[in-house]
Amino acid sequence: MTQELLYNIASIGLFGIGLYGLIVAPHIVRKILAINIMSMGVFMLLVASASNVNGTPDPVLHAMVLTGIVVAIAGTAMALFLAGKIHTLGQASDKDDH
Amino acid sequence: MFQTPEFQDNNHADELPVVSKILCAIAVGILSLGLIVVLMVTDNPPSSLPALVQGQLTQSGVQNPVTAVLLNFRSYDTLLEIAVLLIVAVAMLPNSQDSRLVSVVTNAQVNPVLEAVLRWLIPMIIVMAGYLLWTGASLPGGAFQSGALLASAGVLVQLSGRLQFCFTSTIAKLLLTIGLITFMIVGVGVATTTGVILQYPTQLAAPLILLIESAATLSIAAILLLLYNSLATQTVDISSASAKQPSTSNKSPAPNETLQSTTGEPAS
Repeated sequence: MTQELLYNIASIGLFGIGLYGLIVAPHIVRKILAINIMSMGVFMLLVASASNVNGTPDPVLHAMVLTGIVVAIAGTAMALFLAGKIHTLGQASDKDDH
Repeated sequence: MFQTPEFQDNNHADELPVVSKILCAIAVGILSLGLIVVLMVTDNPPSSLPALVQGQLTQSGVQNPVTAVLLNFRSYDTLLEIAVLLIVAVAMLPNSQDSRLVSVVTNAQVNPVLEAVLRWLIPMIIVMAGYLLWTGASLPGGAFQSGALLASAGVLVQLSGRLQFCFTSTIAKLLLTIGLITFMIVGVGVATTTGVILQYPTQLAAPLILLIESAATLSIAAILLLLYNSLATQTVDISSASAKQPSTSNKSPAPNETLQSTTGEPAS
């Protein structure tokens, strides 16, 4: 019971840290990292709640987390790619201004 | 007209004032505490899903319940997951006309230690990926873990600087899409016998899952390597553009060369 509580507090803590970073950090890459930390908190909560003291852990939650990780990777890659594109476009328009 | 102050790390004008930060911290803290209290107070009843999965496990064709859920009971999720990966890969496909999947970089500065280690490491990674794929039927493992391992082998090879992957060739396009194509062909094909899309016949479930997982492993490895490749190339573009120095010899330097020059020695 206490172990489950520990995992819950840790995952909510991760989520909170990520949410704070998402709001406060001005840099777009830091915002992407913050979203990742938030998703890690959610995954941790799911995996922790999948644990079963008596028997095997809930495989449905494990499969959900696995799918979620893959989608998170795809989303992060896309976000970083778009951030880079914004950066290059911004530089190009800066040159036009001069 | 289109300012990007969020990219300048030392731009303090864009930072929130301290009062707002403290308010944000308090709000986030209250939210987190509330969530923790809700989690402690609510006593969620044990889910009936694990028993359901265990009961149907013998019909799924695999012994690992997670793999059974991923590729049999909820294979729609996995199909769409591979589709999401493919969509991102298409969006990040590099804009080049290179028709070879692997091209050898001449006059590359190769770290001899890295190359010697890679000669031992790459075959082991490939064997390990195959083992993970095979063992996914009964133990933790499966297509995604195996594909991620294979992609890491590709990243290591590319970092060594000798080889360069290009994902606009026909073979590469086949590799990127083979997972989704196989999954969809199998999913629609089994509908002719069972009547439901993605519901495998019990006898054929094990070989069909292995087929889908093998194809998905190749696709996932190729897509992850493409994602790394696109981001690495883009980073080189950004850094060379921000340096604002005209490239003298090579118009588009290979990313690994520039990466090495930034890590190994000060940029010339």
